[in-house]
Amino acid sequence: MKKANVAINKDLCKKCTICVHFCPRKVFRIDQDGYPIISHPEKCTGCRLCFLHCPDFALEVEEELDD
Amino acid sequence: MPLADYKQYVAMDRLPSIWCPGCGNGTALKALALALAELEIPPDKTLLANGIGCSGRVGDYVRCHRFHGTHGRTLAFVTGIKLVRPEIKAVCFLGDGDCAAIGMSHFVHSARRNVDIATIVVNNFNYGMTGGQFSPLSPHNAITSTSSSGKPEPDIDICKLADVAGANYVSRTTIYHVTEMKNYIKEALGKKGFSFVEIISPCPTYYARYNKLGNIIQQLEWLKDKFIPIEKYNQMEDAEKENFFWRGRLTDRNLPDLLSAYTLGSRG
Repeated sequence: MKKANVAINKDLCKKCTICVHFCPRKVFRIDQDGYPIISHPEKCTGCRLCFLHCPDFALEVEEELDD
Repeated sequence: MPLADYKQYVAMDRLPSIWCPGCGNGTALKALALALAELEIPPDKTLLANGIGCSGRVGDYVRCHRFHGTHGRTLAFVTGIKLVRPEIKAVCFLGDGDCAAIGMSHFVHSARRNVDIATIVVNNFNYGMTGGQFSPLSPHNAITSTSSSGKPEPDIDICKLADVAGANYVSRTTIYHVTEMKNYIKEALGKKGFSFVEIISPCPTYYARYNKLGNIIQQLEWLKDKFIPIEKYNQMEDAEKENFFWRGRLTDRNLPDLLSAYTLGSRG
């Protein structure tokens, strides 16, 4: 199975939390300041739905091959 | 990989954008950048023209040619630009008030002339930048800052208007349907002649607050539930249709655009 790395840029994030709610694998959770953080990186399949939904260019998804 | 190339169209150093958290303008800009990257249209051959309003700020965040027109007149300016520089891929990024109220006549005549412009209208159902007044595209009975007991006027279906005016490509989608949005923009960019994509966007600050649509997640869910495929919509009873909106491809034809009709001429 493919694995992917999600990178969140906090300087661009406006805490709309769309990525947290629309992730089909529930990879994200909201931290105490309201920003999304990645709580389950192993669940990510690299579908890029969070990247496509993010209105503020704050998310990048990089795929990497599983060993 | 095309996904990585979308950044060549976006001025990342000028972000974060002016738009409110959850606003759909950024999502639409990203879909446009991805569509341009997938079609491999170089930034120096791309013109992004915009008008006034929330969506009018989109030009601040792009790296291709950009043009900021006066309110509603963007399509008229771009018609002139296309006549002088036909090799430029022209994209007009407009708002619902800009396109359907102030620029309605330019919109209808650009579609009638079939100028080779890809027009993207981000419809958030109100004038967001000036405080949430209703626009001609706000639904009937919508609550806005200028219609506190419900908008008394009926709305207009801008897609059907573009269709009868003579546009070559017309489709409608929403900010929730991200992949569909990117595909429709891609189809519009690839079409010769006037192509039109209406994107329904949430306005978390005004429209959603006045109409009690909840937070941004509930607004996107509302878009998901209310906007149904056009095939399914057409099979509904008239009474049932009032509760839903359609999305999908309305028009796809290949009539000659203005410049090729002009060059060929009626003399043959």
